Amino acid sequence: MSNEEMKNVAAVCPNFYWKLFQSTFLISAFTVGGGFVIIPLLRAKYVDEYGWLSDKETLNLVSIAQSMPGVVAVNASIILGYRMAGIPGALTALAATILPPLITLSSISCAYDWFAAHPYVHYALKGMQCGATALIVNVAIDLLQKQWKKRLLWPLTIIAGTFVANFFFDVNIMLLVVIDGILGLLFLRSAEYGK
Amino acid sequence: MIYLTLFWEFAKVGIFCVGGGYASMPLIQAAVVDTYRWMSLGEFVDIFTISQMTPGPIGINAATFAGMKIAGIPGAICATVGFCTPSLILGIVLANLFFRYGDIGPIRGILNGLRPAVVALIAAAGISFVILALWNVETLPEDMAAVDPLGVIILAGSLAAVRRKVGVIKLLAGTGVAGLVLGLIQQSLH
Repeated sequence: MSNEEMKNVAAVCPNFYWKLFQSTFLISAFTVGGGFVIIPLLRAKYVDEYGWLSDKETLNLVSIAQSMPGVVAVNASIILGYRMAGIPGALTALAATILPPLITLSSISCAYDWFAAHPYVHYALKGMQCGATALIVNVAIDLLQKQWKKRLLWPLTIIAGTFVANFFFDVNIMLLVVIDGILGLLFLRSAEYGK
Repeated sequence: MIYLTLFWEFAKVGIFCVGGGYASMPLIQAAVVDTYRWMSLGEFVDIFTISQMTPGPIGINAATFAGMKIAGIPGAICATVGFCTPSLILGIVLANLFFRYGDIGPIRGILNGLRPAVVALIAAAGISFVILALWNVETLPEDMAAVDPLGVIILAGSLAAVRRKVGVIKLLAGTGVAGLVLGLIQQSLH
């Protein structure tokens, strides 16, 4: 697809920026569960309800959002916003995605400081810490199983090396990801390593 | 200057977290707990817990909450904006590459190297969370027998529940109640 074929949705849709901001803001404000829940909702709005984007193009753009660094829901809103209306579109969608958590979490953070010292709240938080620990352990197990099933030497070596360096030798995490990124650039460019 | 430091640290998290909200946790933990000691591991796990229960993307929730705890509302804004800045720049670059060539080229290689790295980092963060849950300390305990029975019971129950695909909200509400009940029982026994 070339740039010439791209239509600027903002130019043909009245009140585009307001609609974009409002719909994205509401989705971000009321959706619990992160990117994998938010993206289907964004798609339903932009594709099915407003007809701003085609289904296929949205899928392609979302797959870029999922493979690039950062928070998937934020990436998706940036890329979709950019596709529809250039940089102003990207900024509008980004603001609409991060404002609700900024408002909600700032209020919750004040309440946390207020309540966390209370012994009963402390017990409940301790219980919830265990629940959250189970969640991240579960994610780690799923990811490890997924990588293990692929039986590819390079990714498994990177996993083992990174884990040992980080957990047992306290090697700086940023240094590790830079090294692993360079290894990827040099050795992992073939499609079998994707996904 | 705390605000610039927050912006920069969270921008680094934004550059290197590949694979969604969970991937950002070990990176945020490395910055706010290990490097700058802005908070304890326990407080960080609380942030992680609450970020899961509140609406919005988990990574953004965690960045906002951490920034807020460290330096108030301006801190929350710096952390969140810092976190998203790399996405904004990279998103525009990648979208253009894609519109022009239908592919995102060599960047794929870098991302293919980062994906397994993130698996290792999430696993390491998971283990440090487990140590905290079971022994209430931040690094491998010297006395392995000094385990917290409350932590063992709730963590074992939660793992069983998570493997059976119990929803996040149900799980965290349940573990909150269990923590309160078991904590009160433990308190009355002492």
